Amino acid sequence: MLLQLKDICFERENRKILDNINLDIDLGKFVAITGPNGSGKSTLAKIIMGIEKPDSGKVILNGKDITKLPIDERAKLGISFAFQQPVKFKGITIYDLLKMAAQKQITKKEACETLSKVGLCAKEYVDREVNGSLSGGELKRIEIATVALRGAKLTIFDEPEAGIDLWSFNNLIQVFENMSEIIKGTTIIISHQERILNIADEVILMKAGKIQEIGTSKQILEKTIGNTTCCKINNALK
Amino acid sequence: MEEKINKIDKELLGEISNLENIPKGAYNIRKNGKGIERKVTENINIVTKTDKPGIDIYVKENTKFEFIHIPVIITESGLKDLVYNDFHIGKNANVIIVAGCGIHNDHHKDSEHDGIHRFYLEEGAKVRYIEKHYGEGSGDGKRILNPVTEVYLKAGSSLEMESSQIKGVDSTIRETKGELEENTNFVVSEKIMTHGKQFAKTIFDVQLNGENASTHVTSRSVATEDSEQFFVSKIYGNNKCFAHSECDAIIKDNAKVTATPEITANNVEANLIHEAAIGKIAGEQLIKLMTLGLSEKEAEEEIIKGFLR
Ligand SMILES: Nc1ncnc2c1ncn2[C@@H]1O[C@H](COP(=O)(O)OP(=O)(O)O)[C@@H](O)[C@H]1O
Ligand SMILES: [Mg+2]
Repeated sequence: MLLQLKDICFERENRKILDNINLDIDLGKFVAITGPNGSGKSTLAKIIMGIEKPDSGKVILNGKDITKLPIDERAKLGISFAFQQPVKFKGITIYDLLKMAAQKQITKKEACETLSKVGLCAKEYVDREVNGSLSGGELKRIEIATVALRGAKLTIFDEPEAGIDLWSFNNLIQVFENMSEIIKGTTIIISHQERILNIADEVILMKAGKIQEIGTSKQILEKTIGNTTCCKINNALK
Repeated sequence: MEEKINKIDKELLGEISNLENIPKGAYNIRKNGKGIERKVTENINIVTKTDKPGIDIYVKENTKFEFIHIPVIITESGLKDLVYNDFHIGKNANVIIVAGCGIHNDHHKDSEHDGIHRFYLEEGAKVRYIEKHYGEGSGDGKRILNPVTEVYLKAGSSLEMESSQIKGVDSTIRETKGELEENTNFVVSEKIMTHGKQFAKTIFDVQLNGENASTHVTSRSVATEDSEQFFVSKIYGNNKCFAHSECDAIIKDNAKVTATPEITANNVEANLIHEAAIGKIAGEQLIKLMTLGLSEKEAEEEIIKGFLR
């Protein structure tokens, strides 16, 4: 067992944002989390990374209780997190960020290779600043590249498809379909996209801070909406 | 030759001009108030002023891509050095000027360097001016730098100025003035970081007099601990012209930063923009770098390093 969440509760402003979450994730699995907006998916991911601390409950990685560990120590233990909204900087270039992610000296050529894998024409990008001059889709890809370079044991993606236009999305799906090439280890991916859910080993459905259901993508999609049109998931669950 | 360049001098020169060795091109090295080394070239002449301390630098017209280094170092505690350097850049010349001042003060008397730099660019001349300020030493004597830069641009000329003061200067008042004729461009980028009880004030005063004159002033600063910074920028659009000034500051601890932008349009065709932002390091930036395995301190250092690049 790579990751165990035990009785995780997180309450803010008298609202139970996460209500007693229990979850085990096996080594090497590709797990998707889906569910309506506001159901607590991002909060759960942040609790695993240590960006938020649960009010009660435990986070266990490889049998070790990491509930109280800060973000950077969890990162060093092998957890990696791609933000739903990538962070922008001033003056830090894509190459700088990739070097930090790799935690070692990498050449521009290696950085470019990683960028190519997420579908960015590398030469044009590597020296650009990670700032508002990049489009949402570009920032998302860079976010995915930083995470990919870390080669972590456990990688969490928060809605990698969000903010990416349909055309780019098709490319991005390929990136995830070839995920094993980029990321070795266990993957948790928060997504609303049927094509992403379809490549997952298991799909976790969240609703109102609780885990409603765990199953294959087919089971989850059929149970919740009776058909498998991805875009309808949200509406149907609301 | 008692004034030979010693180890401390070399290190200071390295900090302000990345010069490990004697530079290429023309140069004039000033130490503790006196010129100690000089070289002129076929196109660049350097002449000591007779009426006041300082030098005149003459660049012949059409000089292409030559370097001029005029570093100043102060290692004597209690010295107050005032110097006037005038640059006369001939028509269509294109040169890179590297100036800077390093102060090493191990004692308790204040050391001060006030450099007055004036640039007279003839038609079509192009200058890149790089200036670095640096202070070090174990003494409690202050390291003070008050540079004045005046830039006079004739038609079609341009000057790009990069100044930085990252470490060790206790007090600085920097004044930069520009008078621009038609089709000129004056670009200034300034980087400042203050610590302890340091004080830094920068004042820009740019007059856009000619048609299609333009200026772009960028200030990036980091104020930490109990330091204080003031940024004043006054830009006057007196013709059809363009100006963009931006002040972007990160504050930490008990530091204070004041930004006072002032843009005045005296002509209906003047297009003047000012942006100012002051704030602490964004929490999400720290978090992102920490998810990559950097400690909070390392993350902060990387963010500041990038910001001041
Ligand atoms: N620190 C917080 N304080 C108050 N409300 C929060 C906090 N964190 C999350 N929430 C709320 O919790 C709910 C779940 O948020 P989130 O985990 O982002 O949902 P999802 O990612 O599933 O869309 C939202 O309504 C959000 O506004
Ligand atoms: Mg979310």
